[in-house]
Amino acid sequence: MPVSYYIILASALFCIGVAGVLTRRNAIIVFMCIELMLNAVNLLLVAFSKMQNIATPPGSVSVGGSDAQIFVFFIMVVAAAEVSVGLAIIVMMYRNVHSIDINFLNRLKN
Amino acid sequence: MIFMNALVLCIPLLPFLGFLLVGLLRNKLSRPLIGIIASGVIGIAFILTLVIFFTHYYPANAITYFDFIKNSKYDISFSFQVDQLSTLFMLIITGVGFLIHVYSTSYMHDETPAHYARYFSYLNLFVFSMLLLVLGANYVIMFLGWEGVGICSYLLIGYWFKNNQYNYAARKAFVMNRIGDVGFLLAIFWLLARLGSVDYSIVFSNASALSTTDVTGITILLFVGAIGKSAQIPLYTWLPDAMAGPTPVSALIHAATMVTAGIYMIARSNVLYSLSPVSMDIVAVIGVATALLAASIALFQNDIKKVLAYSTVSQLGFMFVALGVGAYTTGVFHVMTHAFFKALLFLGAGSVIHAMGGEQDITKMGGLRKKIPITYWTFLIAVLAISGFPFTSGFISKDEILLAAYSHSKPLFWLTAFAAVLTAFYMFRVFMLVFLGGFRGNDEQQHHLHESPPAMTIPLIILAILAAIGGFVQLPELFGGHDYFNQFLAPVVPALSHEGENLATKEYALLGGTIVGLIIIFLFCKKWFAVNQFEGKYTGFKNVLAHKWYMDELYDAIIVNPFNNIAGFLKSIVEKSGIDGIVNGVGRFIQYSSRQVRLIQSGLVGNYILIMVLSITVLFMVFWNQDLIIAFLQKIF
Repeated sequence: MPVSYYIILASALFCIGVAGVLTRRNAIIVFMCIELMLNAVNLLLVAFSKMQNIATPPGSVSVGGSDAQIFVFFIMVVAAAEVSVGLAIIVMMYRNVHSIDINFLNRLKN
Repeated sequence: MIFMNALVLCIPLLPFLGFLLVGLLRNKLSRPLIGIIASGVIGIAFILTLVIFFTHYYPANAITYFDFIKNSKYDISFSFQVDQLSTLFMLIITGVGFLIHVYSTSYMHDETPAHYARYFSYLNLFVFSMLLLVLGANYVIMFLGWEGVGICSYLLIGYWFKNNQYNYAARKAFVMNRIGDVGFLLAIFWLLARLGSVDYSIVFSNASALSTTDVTGITILLFVGAIGKSAQIPLYTWLPDAMAGPTPVSALIHAATMVTAGIYMIARSNVLYSLSPVSMDIVAVIGVATALLAASIALFQNDIKKVLAYSTVSQLGFMFVALGVGAYTTGVFHVMTHAFFKALLFLGAGSVIHAMGGEQDITKMGGLRKKIPITYWTFLIAVLAISGFPFTSGFISKDEILLAAYSHSKPLFWLTAFAAVLTAFYMFRVFMLVFLGGFRGNDEQQHHLHESPPAMTIPLIILAILAAIGGFVQLPELFGGHDYFNQFLAPVVPALSHEGENLATKEYALLGGTIVGLIIIFLFCKKWFAVNQFEGKYTGFKNVLAHKWYMDELYDAIIVNPFNNIAGFLKSIVEKSGIDGIVNGVGRFIQYSSRQVRLIQSGLVGNYILIMVLSITVLFMVFWNQDLIIAFLQKIF
């Protein structure tokens, strides 16, 4: 499959994420949209890595191909940790104000 | 040589030292010590001047002490000119000044020590400035002293600064003087531009090289300076108001010394004036007009110091008449005799005011002859001298002025003579109202009446002797005298020649006229004023005179009020809405715009993110199209 398909898919995912973050007020959905953007970038990373691997002539030693794939795993681990922290924050937020509407928390104003 | 030069420098420096000592230590020194220091420095300066006078130390060249202003074009040095003219003025300043200092130690005794010291430090500073004025060997040093006496006059008129009226008088004197100073300053610039020097020696030896226009312009501008300082029409109104200061100040500054600075300047510049007949005529005309105007005002003033002030203005007019007809030495001679009798009159008036407990209205006095005999006799001598009683100092100097005026032009003579008659009239009026008749004050004042202490009466007596016989140095030869005074000044100031005139007849005529006139005036005054009743209200023309020809009102109407209106317009319109508007507008704009910008900080996370995304988008747009943008910017700039 040409790499442009992956790029279009990743861009679409990223834009959906951005649109979600901008339009939704539910903190969990906003959070999911952020994950969507993160995964769009991950997908792009894997796609480019694969492309690099193919571009390497047969018989020579692959340099970059699997590096990025391993890198993506690390990102997923970090993202999992980040998700747990983010969810914890949302839980604390709900406990305090009984709402997960992000516009409700505007105490930083003024 | 060097010793004498140092001695000359000491004469002005001593009063300056006194000013510093008394002024800086005013909270430490006791009252007697202040009096001793302040009078002492003037006394020593007087002795030093006497040394110069008796050793005839008159160096031909100016004594240069150091460079004052020096550049490639001009070289103005700090130098003193010791000659007969400056020595004479120094004698008057330090001599009369010393007597007035002694008098003041007693007169100002009610002041607190700090204010007492302030008074004496100003007096010393004044004497310093005046000595600088007469000693300077160029117009710039003279100008320094000129400004110095101006500021001292301001300080001393406003000595009782808690009284707003007095502050106003001080300000008026200062502003009037400044107007004159502009003329003086312009004359100095003109001299520098034409001759490249302001030294007397260079200016006078090159004066004939100047064009008529230049000489006339310079002399008229110098005279404008003299008008301001010597209180002539139209700048005379400050002098009567200057009576707000303590009485000895009036005696020292506004009678004996400062106001004669204008006379000194013109006598000093006689070489220039002799080259310009137009300027001389202007001087004479202004002089006689002032003499008449001030004398007429003095006729109906009820404040004893106001009468004396107008009489000073009038006498200064006489001096300018003398200068204007070319009799420079006579003008200077009248300065000397005037210093004696006018200082005596003011000090006598101070003694009267002292006795009356601060009362200055002559309609509330009367019959003081028995109560304060020393003041009475000395005042009588002064009145006789200023009225021109035969063989007093005033007679000799004033008759010489009249003679000079007569040989110049007849109308000038008659006008001047009429002013002299008025002088006798108003002086006798004051004398009658104060000393003869019955007492018109209240009982408290009558109990308070007492002769002044010796510190005040001794200067009166010395001045009375001088006023009586001080004129004999210039007694006409007709009466067995000799013109010692003219001869003394001859190396600096040429005397007016009366050659080919029949002096004897004129002098006899003047003598006879003076005696007859004085007797008539005396009898009239005795009939009118030496009575107990005095209504103190004037009608008709007398009222106009009592209101000083409404001169102050006129000045208010044509100068002061329009000026105040313009100032008010600038203050309320230009300042308030113009300048303040700009300043406040800037502030208000910043406040308004920051209030608008603050709305961006809504606290809504969504908004922030939206702005962030939009900004990133814009940045990417710019990044991708930067070549286009740079090309566009280059095109418009």
